[in-house]
Amino acid sequence: MKTELTVNGVSRDLDLDPRVTLLDALRHHLHMTGTKKGCDHGQCGACTVLVNGRRINSCLTLAVMHEGDQVETVESLGSPEAPNPLQEAFISCDGFQCGYCTPGQLMSATAMLEEAKEGWPSHVSESLSNPGTLSDAEIAERMSGNLCRCSAYPGIRQAIARTQGDAGGKS
Amino acid sequence: MRSFDYRRADSLAAAREGLGEAAQIIAGGTNLLDLMKLQVMTPKQLLDINRVPGLREITETENGLKIGALVSNSDLAADPRIRSDYPVLARAILAGASGQIRNKATTGGNFLQRTRCPYFYDTSMACNKRQPGSSCTAIGGISRMTAILGVSEHCIAAHPSDMAVAMRALDARLDVADATGDVRQVGMDELYCLPGERPDIETTLAPDDIITAVHLPQKQSGAVHVYRKVRDRASYAFALVSVAAIVTRREQRIATAALAFGGIGSRPWRNSEVDEMLAGEVPGEPLFAAAADRLLAEARTEEGNAFKTRLTRRTMISVLREATGLEPASVGTDRVEESAA
Repeated sequence: MKTELTVNGVSRDLDLDPRVTLLDALRHHLHMTGTKKGCDHGQCGACTVLVNGRRINSCLTLAVMHEGDQVETVESLGSPEAPNPLQEAFISCDGFQCGYCTPGQLMSATAMLEEAKEGWPSHVSESLSNPGTLSDAEIAERMSGNLCRCSAYPGIRQAIARTQGDAGGKS
Repeated sequence: MRSFDYRRADSLAAAREGLGEAAQIIAGGTNLLDLMKLQVMTPKQLLDINRVPGLREITETENGLKIGALVSNSDLAADPRIRSDYPVLARAILAGASGQIRNKATTGGNFLQRTRCPYFYDTSMACNKRQPGSSCTAIGGISRMTAILGVSEHCIAAHPSDMAVAMRALDARLDVADATGDVRQVGMDELYCLPGERPDIETTLAPDDIITAVHLPQKQSGAVHVYRKVRDRASYAFALVSVAAIVTRREQRIATAALAFGGIGSRPWRNSEVDEMLAGEVPGEPLFAAAADRLLAEARTEEGNAFKTRLTRRTMISVLREATGLEPASVGTDRVEESAA
Protein backbone atom coordinates (compact mmCIF):
# COMPACT_ATOMS: atom_id res chain seq x y z
CA MET A 1 0.00 0.00 0.00
CA LYS A 2 1.43 3.36 -1.08
CA THR A 3 1.98 5.58 1.93
CA GLU A 4 3.64 8.94 2.32
CA LEU A 5 5.20 9.54 5.73
CA THR A 6 6.70 12.82 6.88
CA VAL A 7 9.56 12.03 9.23
CA ASN A 8 11.55 14.82 10.83
CA GLY A 9 10.22 17.22 8.20
CA VAL A 10 11.17 15.07 5.21
CA SER A 11 8.48 13.44 3.09
CA ARG A 12 9.15 9.76 2.35
CA ASP A 13 7.26 7.52 -0.09
CA LEU A 14 6.84 3.93 0.99
CA ASP A 15 5.04 0.84 -0.28
CA LEU A 16 3.98 -1.05 2.83
CA ASP A 17 2.01 -4.09 3.87
CA PRO A 18 -0.77 -2.65 6.09
CA ARG A 19 0.56 -4.79 8.97
CA VAL A 20 3.78 -2.76 9.21
CA THR A 21 3.82 -0.74 12.41
CA LEU A 22 5.11 2.81 12.42
CA LEU A 23 8.08 1.46 14.40
CA ASP A 24 8.97 -1.16 11.78
CA ALA A 25 8.48 1.35 8.97
CA LEU A 26 11.02 3.66 10.62
CA ARG A 27 13.56 0.96 11.42
CA HIS A 28 13.22 -1.54 8.56
CA HIS A 29 11.96 0.55 5.67
CA LEU A 30 13.54 3.95 6.34
CA HIS A 31 16.57 2.49 8.17
CA MET A 32 16.23 5.06 10.94
CA THR A 33 17.31 2.85 13.82
CA GLY A 34 17.37 5.48 16.56
CA THR A 35 13.86 4.46 17.58
CA LYS A 36 14.13 1.17 19.49
CA LYS A 37 11.98 -1.93 19.67
CA GLY A 38 11.69 -3.20 23.24
CA CYS A 39 8.54 -5.14 24.08
CA ASP A 40 6.58 -4.38 20.86
CA HIS A 41 3.41 -4.27 23.01
CA GLY A 42 3.30 -0.68 24.29
CA GLN A 43 4.57 -1.57 27.74
CA CYS A 44 8.18 -0.32 27.72
CA GLY A 45 8.18 2.98 25.80
CA ALA A 46 11.47 2.35 23.94
CA CYS A 47 9.66 3.04 20.64
CA THR A 48 8.26 6.44 21.68
CA VAL A 49 8.07 9.00 18.86
CA LEU A 50 6.10 12.20 18.43
CA VAL A 51 3.17 12.30 16.00
CA ASN A 52 1.88 15.82 15.42
CA GLY A 53 3.73 16.84 18.58
CA ARG A 54 2.23 14.15 20.83
CA ARG A 55 4.23 11.22 22.22
CA ILE A 56 2.94 7.79 21.24
CA ASN A 57 4.18 4.18 21.16
CA SER A 58 5.18 3.65 17.52
CA CYS A 59 4.84 -0.14 18.01
CA LEU A 60 1.10 0.19 18.68
CA THR A 61 0.11 2.01 15.52
CA LEU A 62 0.18 1.16 11.81
CA ALA A 63 2.34 3.19 9.45
CA VAL A 64 -0.50 3.44 6.92
CA MET A 65 -2.61 5.26 9.53
CA HIS A 66 -0.11 8.15 9.58
CA GLU A 67 -0.21 9.49 6.04
CA GLY A 68 0.09 13.26 6.27
CA ASP A 69 1.08 13.23 9.96
CA GLN A 70 4.29 14.84 11.22
CA VAL A 71 6.46 12.14 12.77
CA GLU A 72 9.47 13.15 14.88
CA THR A 73 12.11 10.69 16.02
CA VAL A 74 15.19 10.88 18.21
CA GLU A 75 17.23 11.67 15.09
CA SER A 76 15.57 15.12 15.11
CA LEU A 77 16.82 16.14 18.55
CA GLY A 78 20.57 16.63 18.25
CA SER A 79 23.77 14.97 17.14
CA PRO A 80 26.77 13.53 18.99
CA GLU A 81 28.59 16.75 18.17
CA ALA A 82 25.70 19.03 19.10
CA PRO A 83 23.36 17.34 21.61
CA ASN A 84 20.27 19.30 22.56
CA PRO A 85 19.85 20.49 26.20
CA LEU A 86 17.86 17.39 27.21
CA GLN A 87 20.48 15.07 25.72
CA GLU A 88 23.23 17.03 27.43
CA ALA A 89 21.41 16.74 30.73
CA PHE A 90 21.04 12.95 30.29
CA ILE A 91 24.82 12.75 29.81
CA SER A 92 25.73 14.95 32.76
CA CYS A 93 23.18 13.31 35.11
CA ASP A 94 24.06 9.71 34.11
CA GLY A 95 20.52 9.21 32.83
CA PHE A 96 21.34 5.78 31.36
CA GLN A 97 23.58 2.77 31.55
CA CYS A 98 23.11 0.56 28.47
CA GLY A 99 21.30 3.33 26.59
CA TYR A 100 18.72 1.14 24.86
CA CYS A 101 15.70 2.88 26.40
CA THR A 102 17.27 6.34 26.02
CA PRO A 103 15.79 7.36 22.63
CA GLY A 104 12.32 6.58 23.99
CA GLN A 105 13.05 8.37 27.26
CA LEU A 106 14.24 11.44 25.35
CA MET A 107 11.24 11.59 23.04
CA SER A 108 8.81 10.94 25.88
CA ALA A 109 10.42 13.62 28.06
CA THR A 110 10.43 16.11 25.18
CA ALA A 111 6.66 15.80 24.79
CA MET A 112 6.01 15.47 28.52
CA LEU A 113 7.66 18.83 29.19
CA GLU A 114 5.31 20.39 26.61
CA GLU A 115 2.29 18.73 28.28
CA ALA A 116 3.39 20.19 31.61
CA LYS A 117 3.82 23.61 30.03
CA GLU A 118 0.24 23.39 28.76
CA GLY A 119 -0.85 22.75 32.36
CA TRP A 120 -1.92 19.12 31.98
CA PRO A 121 -2.41 17.46 35.37
CA SER A 122 -1.21 13.95 36.23
CA HIS A 123 -2.41 11.16 38.50
CA VAL A 124 -0.34 12.57 41.38
CA SER A 125 -1.30 16.25 40.95
CA GLU A 126 -2.92 17.61 44.08
CA SER A 127 -4.90 20.13 42.07
CA LEU A 128 -6.41 19.25 38.70
CA SER A 129 -6.81 22.90 37.74
CA ASN A 130 -3.33 24.02 38.73
CA PRO A 131 -0.82 21.15 38.75
CA GLY A 132 2.09 23.50 39.49
CA THR A 133 5.75 22.63 39.05
CA LEU A 134 7.13 19.27 38.04
CA SER A 135 8.23 17.70 41.31
CA ASP A 136 10.27 14.50 41.34
CA ALA A 137 7.06 12.54 41.95
CA GLU A 138 5.34 14.31 39.04
CA ILE A 139 8.21 13.48 36.68
CA ALA A 140 8.20 9.83 37.79
CA GLU A 141 4.45 9.53 37.27
CA ARG A 142 4.46 11.27 33.88
CA MET A 143 7.36 9.10 32.67
CA SER A 144 5.89 5.78 33.88
CA GLY A 145 5.34 4.62 30.29
CA ASN A 146 9.12 4.41 29.81
CA LEU A 147 10.90 1.53 31.50
CA CYS A 148 14.66 1.36 32.12
CA ARG A 149 15.90 -2.16 32.89
CA CYS A 150 19.21 -0.69 34.15
CA SER A 151 17.08 1.36 36.55
CA ALA A 152 18.76 4.67 35.81
CA TYR A 153 15.58 6.39 36.96
CA PRO A 154 17.18 8.82 39.47
CA GLY A 155 19.46 10.18 36.73
CA ILE A 156 16.63 10.29 34.20
CA ARG A 157 14.38 12.26 36.57
CA GLN A 158 17.23 14.61 37.47
CA ALA A 159 18.05 15.25 33.80
CA ILE A 160 14.41 16.05 33.03
CA ALA A 161 14.11 18.31 36.08
CA ARG A 162 17.22 20.21 34.99
CA THR A 163 15.93 20.63 31.45
CA GLN A 164 12.56 21.82 32.70
CA GLY A 165 14.25 24.92 34.08
CA ASP A 166 16.44 25.45 31.01
CA ALA A 167 13.61 25.04 28.56
CA GLY A 168 11.42 27.54 30.40
CA GLY A 169 8.96 24.94 31.63
CA LYS A 170 6.48 25.86 34.36
CA SER A 171 8.28 27.14 37.40
CA MET B 1 -0.20 -10.54 12.76
CA ARG B 2 -2.58 -12.10 10.20
CA SER B 3 -2.95 -10.11 7.01
CA PHE B 4 -5.93 -7.83 6.55
CA ASP B 5 -7.29 -5.23 4.17
CA TYR B 6 -6.92 -1.69 5.38
CA ARG B 7 -9.37 1.02 4.43
CA ARG B 8 -9.90 4.55 5.61
CA ALA B 9 -13.35 6.09 6.04
CA ASP B 10 -13.59 9.85 5.53
CA SER B 11 -17.18 10.16 6.76
CA LEU B 12 -19.58 8.32 9.04
CA ALA B 13 -21.61 7.31 6.00
CA ALA B 14 -18.53 5.77 4.41
CA ALA B 15 -17.71 4.02 7.67
CA ARG B 16 -21.21 2.57 7.81
CA GLU B 17 -20.96 1.28 4.25
CA GLY B 18 -17.57 -0.25 4.93
CA LEU B 19 -18.63 -2.10 8.03
CA GLY B 20 -19.59 -5.66 7.16
CA GLU B 21 -19.38 -8.87 9.10
CA ALA B 22 -15.60 -9.10 8.65
CA ALA B 23 -14.60 -5.48 9.21
CA GLN B 24 -13.29 -4.16 12.47
CA ILE B 25 -13.13 -0.45 13.28
CA ILE B 26 -9.75 0.91 14.32
CA ALA B 27 -9.43 4.24 16.14
CA GLY B 28 -6.55 4.52 18.63
CA GLY B 29 -5.73 0.85 18.13
CA THR B 30 -3.71 0.61 21.36
CA ASN B 31 -5.54 -2.53 22.50
CA LEU B 32 -6.67 -3.89 19.11
CA LEU B 33 -3.21 -3.97 17.49
CA ASP B 34 -1.75 -5.65 20.56
CA LEU B 35 -4.44 -8.34 20.32
CA MET B 36 -3.84 -8.69 16.57
CA LYS B 37 -0.11 -9.20 17.11
CA LEU B 38 -0.94 -12.05 19.49
CA GLN B 39 -3.58 -13.36 17.04
CA VAL B 40 -6.22 -13.15 19.74
CA MET B 41 -8.10 -10.99 17.25
CA THR B 42 -7.76 -11.70 13.54
CA PRO B 43 -9.98 -9.25 11.61
CA LYS B 44 -9.97 -9.62 7.84
CA GLN B 45 -10.55 -5.91 7.33
CA LEU B 46 -9.60 -2.85 9.33
CA LEU B 47 -11.66 0.27 8.87
CA ASP B 48 -9.77 3.34 10.06
CA ILE B 49 -12.18 6.04 11.30
CA ASN B 50 -9.52 8.48 12.53
CA ARG B 51 -10.18 10.89 9.63
CA VAL B 52 -13.95 11.02 10.11
CA PRO B 53 -14.65 14.69 10.82
CA GLY B 54 -16.67 15.95 13.78
CA LEU B 55 -15.80 13.24 16.29
CA ARG B 56 -12.94 15.02 18.09
CA GLU B 57 -14.84 17.86 19.75
CA ILE B 58 -16.07 18.39 23.29
CA THR B 59 -19.13 20.63 23.16
CA GLU B 60 -21.54 22.08 25.68
CA THR B 61 -25.15 21.02 25.21
CA GLU B 62 -28.47 21.89 26.87
CA ASN B 63 -28.09 18.90 29.17
CA GLY B 64 -24.39 18.87 29.88
CA LEU B 65 -21.35 17.98 27.81
CA LYS B 66 -20.97 15.99 24.60
CA ILE B 67 -17.66 14.23 24.02
CA GLY B 68 -16.83 13.02 20.49
CA ALA B 69 -15.89 9.34 20.27
CA LEU B 70 -12.43 10.14 18.85
CA VAL B 71 -11.43 12.60 21.60
CA SER B 72 -8.19 11.16 22.98
CA ASN B 73 -7.99 10.11 26.61
CA SER B 74 -5.31 12.81 27.10
CA ASP B 75 -7.44 15.58 25.64
CA LEU B 76 -10.45 14.51 27.68
CA ALA B 77 -8.53 14.47 30.97
CA ALA B 78 -6.89 17.83 30.20
CA ASP B 79 -10.10 19.62 29.17
CA PRO B 80 -10.74 22.43 31.70
CA ARG B 81 -14.48 21.63 31.87
CA ILE B 82 -13.79 17.98 32.68
CA ARG B 83 -11.20 18.94 35.30
CA SER B 84 -13.48 21.38 37.10
CA ASP B 85 -16.95 19.88 36.62
CA TYR B 86 -16.30 16.12 36.25
CA PRO B 87 -13.07 15.60 38.21
CA VAL B 88 -13.79 11.90 38.81
CA LEU B 89 -13.49 11.38 35.05
CA ALA B 90 -10.19 13.28 34.74
CA ARG B 91 -8.80 11.37 37.73
CA ALA B 92 -9.92 7.98 36.41
CA ILE B 93 -8.35 8.58 33.00
CA LEU B 94 -5.11 9.86 34.53
CA ALA B 95 -4.97 6.74 36.73
CA GLY B 96 -4.93 4.52 33.64
CA ALA B 97 -2.27 3.52 31.10
CA SER B 98 0.69 5.79 30.27
CA GLY B 99 1.12 9.23 28.72
CA GLN B 100 1.87 7.64 25.34
CA ILE B 101 -1.18 5.36 25.41
CA ARG B 102 -3.55 8.09 26.61
CA ASN B 103 -2.48 10.25 23.66
CA LYS B 104 -3.57 7.56 21.21
CA ALA B 105 -6.46 5.85 23.00
CA THR B 106 -9.91 7.28 22.24
CA THR B 107 -13.03 7.78 24.33
CA GLY B 108 -15.12 5.38 22.24
CA GLY B 109 -12.40 2.76 22.11
CA ASN B 110 -11.78 2.86 25.85
CA PHE B 111 -15.32 1.57 26.47
CA LEU B 112 -14.72 -1.36 24.11
CA GLN B 113 -11.25 -2.44 25.24
CA ARG B 114 -10.96 -6.12 26.05
CA THR B 115 -10.17 -7.76 29.37
CA ARG B 116 -6.52 -8.18 30.40
CA CYS B 117 -7.21 -11.68 31.80
CA PRO B 118 -3.90 -13.47 31.02
CA TYR B 119 -5.75 -16.53 29.70
CA PHE B 120 -7.61 -14.42 27.16
CA TYR B 121 -4.23 -13.24 25.84
CA ASP B 122 -2.61 -16.69 25.73
CA THR B 123 -3.88 -18.53 22.66
CA SER B 124 -2.52 -21.84 23.96
CA MET B 125 -4.96 -21.70 26.90
CA ALA B 126 -8.69 -22.41 26.87
CA CYS B 127 -10.83 -19.27 27.17
CA ASN B 128 -14.57 -19.01 26.64
CA LYS B 129 -14.27 -15.34 25.77
CA ARG B 130 -11.77 -16.02 22.98
CA GLN B 131 -13.15 -19.39 21.91
CA PRO B 132 -16.71 -20.01 23.10
CA GLY B 133 -17.19 -23.46 24.61
CA SER B 134 -13.49 -24.15 25.19
CA SER B 135 -13.77 -23.62 29.01
CA CYS B 136 -12.16 -21.11 31.39
CA THR B 137 -8.58 -21.61 32.56
CA ALA B 138 -8.72 -18.63 34.92
CA ILE B 139 -11.13 -20.51 37.19
CA GLY B 140 -8.75 -22.47 39.39
CA GLY B 141 -5.82 -20.70 37.73
CA ILE B 142 -3.92 -17.50 38.42
CA SER B 143 -6.79 -15.19 39.21
CA ARG B 144 -5.30 -12.12 40.92
CA MET B 145 -6.55 -9.76 38.19
CA THR B 146 -9.98 -11.37 37.76
CA ALA B 147 -13.46 -10.29 38.87
CA ILE B 148 -15.55 -11.28 41.89
CA LEU B 149 -18.86 -9.67 40.88
CA GLY B 150 -20.99 -10.48 37.85
CA VAL B 151 -18.91 -13.56 37.03
CA SER B 152 -20.23 -16.91 35.78
CA GLU B 153 -18.99 -20.49 35.75
CA HIS B 154 -17.84 -19.76 32.19
CA CYS B 155 -15.80 -16.59 32.75
CA ILE B 156 -14.35 -14.54 35.61
CA ALA B 157 -12.60 -11.88 33.50
CA ALA B 158 -12.63 -8.31 34.85
CA HIS B 159 -13.40 -5.25 32.75
CA PRO B 160 -10.11 -3.33 32.69
CA SER B 161 -11.19 0.29 32.12
CA ASP B 162 -10.77 3.13 34.60
CA MET B 163 -12.54 5.68 32.39
CA ALA B 164 -15.67 3.55 32.07
CA VAL B 165 -15.92 3.24 35.87
CA ALA B 166 -16.10 7.02 36.19
CA MET B 167 -18.56 7.16 33.28
CA ARG B 168 -20.73 4.62 35.13
CA ALA B 169 -20.78 6.76 38.27
CA LEU B 170 -21.56 9.83 36.13
CA ASP B 171 -24.52 8.11 34.37
CA ALA B 172 -22.98 8.85 30.98
CA ARG B 173 -24.98 8.02 27.86
CA LEU B 174 -23.54 6.97 24.53
CA ASP B 175 -24.67 8.03 21.07
CA VAL B 176 -24.62 4.91 18.90
CA ALA B 177 -25.18 5.06 15.14
CA ASP B 178 -26.61 1.91 13.59
CA ALA B 179 -26.18 0.54 10.07
CA THR B 180 -28.93 2.80 8.71
CA GLY B 181 -27.42 5.93 10.26
CA ASP B 182 -30.05 6.24 12.99
CA VAL B 183 -28.56 7.36 16.30
CA ARG B 184 -29.88 5.95 19.58
CA GLN B 185 -28.73 6.61 23.13
CA VAL B 186 -27.33 3.77 25.21
CA GLY B 187 -26.89 4.31 28.96
CA MET B 188 -23.87 3.02 30.83
CA ASP B 189 -26.30 0.66 32.59
CA GLU B 190 -27.30 -0.81 29.21
CA LEU B 191 -23.96 -1.04 27.40
CA TYR B 192 -22.32 -4.13 28.90
CA CYS B 193 -23.56 -7.73 29.13
CA LEU B 194 -22.84 -10.11 31.98
CA PRO B 195 -20.72 -13.06 30.82
CA GLY B 196 -23.34 -15.75 31.59
CA GLU B 197 -22.98 -18.60 29.12
CA ARG B 198 -21.58 -16.37 26.36
CA PRO B 199 -18.64 -14.36 27.70
CA ASP B 200 -17.58 -13.65 24.11
CA ILE B 201 -20.59 -11.30 23.84
CA GLU B 202 -19.48 -8.28 25.86
CA THR B 203 -21.81 -5.45 24.88
CA THR B 204 -25.33 -4.89 23.62
CA LEU B 205 -23.97 -3.17 20.49
CA ALA B 206 -24.43 -4.78 17.07
CA PRO B 207 -21.31 -5.48 14.97
CA ASP B 208 -22.15 -2.60 12.63
CA ASP B 209 -22.96 -0.07 15.37
CA ILE B 210 -20.56 2.86 15.81
CA ILE B 211 -20.18 4.85 19.04
CA THR B 212 -20.10 8.49 17.94
CA ALA B 213 -20.25 10.43 21.21
CA VAL B 214 -20.71 10.30 24.98
CA HIS B 215 -23.03 12.62 26.91
CA LEU B 216 -22.36 13.73 30.47
CA PRO B 217 -25.23 15.20 32.52
CA GLN B 218 -25.15 18.74 33.93
CA LYS B 219 -22.47 19.39 36.51
CA GLN B 220 -23.53 19.09 40.15
CA SER B 221 -22.12 22.02 42.11
CA GLY B 222 -20.99 21.06 45.58
CA ALA B 223 -20.60 17.36 44.77
CA VAL B 224 -17.45 15.63 45.98
CA HIS B 225 -15.84 13.36 43.40
CA VAL B 226 -13.34 10.66 44.32
CA TYR B 227 -11.38 8.20 42.18
CA ARG B 228 -9.23 5.78 44.14
CA LYS B 229 -7.25 3.03 42.41
CA VAL B 230 -5.40 0.25 44.21
CA ARG B 231 -2.84 -1.67 42.17
CA ASP B 232 0.34 -3.71 42.40
CA ARG B 233 2.62 -0.84 41.36
CA ALA B 234 2.15 2.89 41.74
CA SER B 235 1.72 3.71 38.06
CA TYR B 236 0.93 2.15 34.69
CA ALA B 237 -0.85 -0.92 36.04
CA PHE B 238 -4.42 -2.18 35.93
CA ALA B 239 -6.60 -1.94 39.02
CA LEU B 240 -6.93 -4.65 41.61
CA VAL B 241 -9.78 -2.52 42.90
CA SER B 242 -10.88 0.98 41.97
CA VAL B 243 -13.71 3.10 43.33
CA ALA B 244 -15.39 6.09 41.70
CA ALA B 245 -17.65 8.03 44.04
CA ILE B 246 -19.86 11.08 43.57
CA VAL B 247 -21.48 12.27 46.78
CA THR B 248 -23.66 15.29 47.52
CA ARG B 249 -24.58 16.43 51.04
CA ARG B 250 -27.57 18.15 52.59
CA GLU B 251 -26.68 19.49 56.00
CA GLN B 252 -25.30 16.55 57.99
CA ARG B 253 -26.73 13.91 55.69
CA ILE B 254 -25.73 12.30 52.42
CA ALA B 255 -28.18 13.58 49.81
CA THR B 256 -27.10 11.38 46.89
CA ALA B 257 -24.36 8.84 46.31
CA ALA B 258 -23.18 7.21 43.09
CA LEU B 259 -20.52 4.54 43.51
CA ALA B 260 -18.91 2.54 40.72
CA PHE B 261 -16.15 -0.03 40.90
CA GLY B 262 -13.35 -1.27 38.66
CA GLY B 263 -11.13 -4.34 38.83
CA ILE B 264 -13.76 -6.43 40.62
CA GLY B 265 -16.59 -6.67 38.09
CA SER B 266 -17.15 -8.40 34.77
CA ARG B 267 -18.29 -4.94 33.71
CA PRO B 268 -17.79 -1.48 35.26
CA TRP B 269 -19.72 -2.28 38.41
CA ARG B 270 -22.53 -0.35 40.06
CA ASN B 271 -25.20 -1.52 42.45
CA SER B 272 -28.09 0.92 42.79
CA GLU B 273 -29.07 -0.65 46.14
CA VAL B 274 -25.75 0.51 47.58
CA ASP B 275 -26.37 4.06 46.37
CA GLU B 276 -29.90 3.99 47.79
CA MET B 277 -28.72 2.71 51.17
CA LEU B 278 -26.42 5.72 51.53
CA ALA B 279 -28.87 8.40 50.34
CA GLY B 280 -30.55 10.36 53.14
CA GLU B 281 -28.39 8.86 55.88
CA VAL B 282 -25.95 10.37 58.33
CA PRO B 283 -22.46 9.27 57.24
CA GLY B 284 -20.60 6.96 59.59
CA GLU B 285 -18.84 3.66 59.98
CA PRO B 286 -21.89 1.38 60.53
CA LEU B 287 -23.60 2.80 57.43
CA PHE B 288 -20.49 2.39 55.29
CA ALA B 289 -19.95 -1.16 56.55
CA ALA B 290 -23.55 -2.09 55.74
CA ALA B 291 -23.20 -0.62 52.26
CA ALA B 292 -20.01 -2.63 51.71
CA ASP B 293 -21.82 -5.76 52.89
CA ARG B 294 -24.56 -5.08 50.36
CA LEU B 295 -22.08 -4.56 47.53
CA LEU B 296 -20.17 -7.74 48.30
CA ALA B 297 -23.13 -9.96 49.16
CA GLU B 298 -23.03 -11.64 45.73
CA ALA B 299 -19.23 -11.81 45.50
CA ARG B 300 -17.95 -15.11 44.15
CA THR B 301 -14.27 -15.57 44.79
CA GLU B 302 -11.40 -17.83 43.80
CA GLU B 303 -8.39 -18.63 45.93
CA GLY B 304 -6.35 -16.09 43.97
CA ASN B 305 -8.82 -13.19 44.18
CA ALA B 306 -10.48 -13.76 47.58
CA PHE B 307 -8.41 -10.88 48.97
CA LYS B 308 -10.48 -8.52 46.85
CA THR B 309 -13.51 -8.65 49.15
CA ARG B 310 -11.51 -7.17 52.04
CA LEU B 311 -9.58 -4.82 49.78
CA THR B 312 -12.80 -3.56 48.19
CA ARG B 313 -14.44 -3.06 51.59
CA ARG B 314 -11.51 -1.08 52.96
CA THR B 315 -11.08 0.99 49.83
CA MET B 316 -14.80 1.76 49.61
CA ILE B 317 -15.03 2.80 53.28
CA SER B 318 -11.93 4.97 52.99
CA VAL B 319 -13.37 6.66 49.89
CA LEU B 320 -16.70 7.25 51.63
CA ARG B 321 -14.96 8.84 54.62
CA GLU B 322 -13.28 11.36 52.35
CA ALA B 323 -16.35 11.89 50.17
CA THR B 324 -18.45 12.75 53.24
CA GLY B 325 -15.85 14.89 54.98
CA LEU B 326 -15.16 12.50 57.86
CA GLU B 327 -11.54 12.44 56.70
CA PRO B 328 -9.61 15.24 55.01
CA ALA B 329 -9.42 14.98 51.22
CA SER B 330 -6.32 13.34 49.75
CA VAL B 331 -5.11 13.42 46.14
CA GLY B 332 -7.94 12.04 44.00
CA THR B 333 -10.73 13.72 45.98
CA ASP B 334 -12.04 16.94 44.41
CA ARG B 335 -15.02 19.19 44.96
CA VAL B 336 -17.10 20.58 42.10
CA GLU B 337 -17.28 24.33 42.69
CA GLU B 338 -19.99 26.78 41.62
CA SER B 339 -19.25 28.37 38.25
CA ALA B 340 -17.04 31.43 38.61
CA ALA B 341 -19.17 33.37 36.12
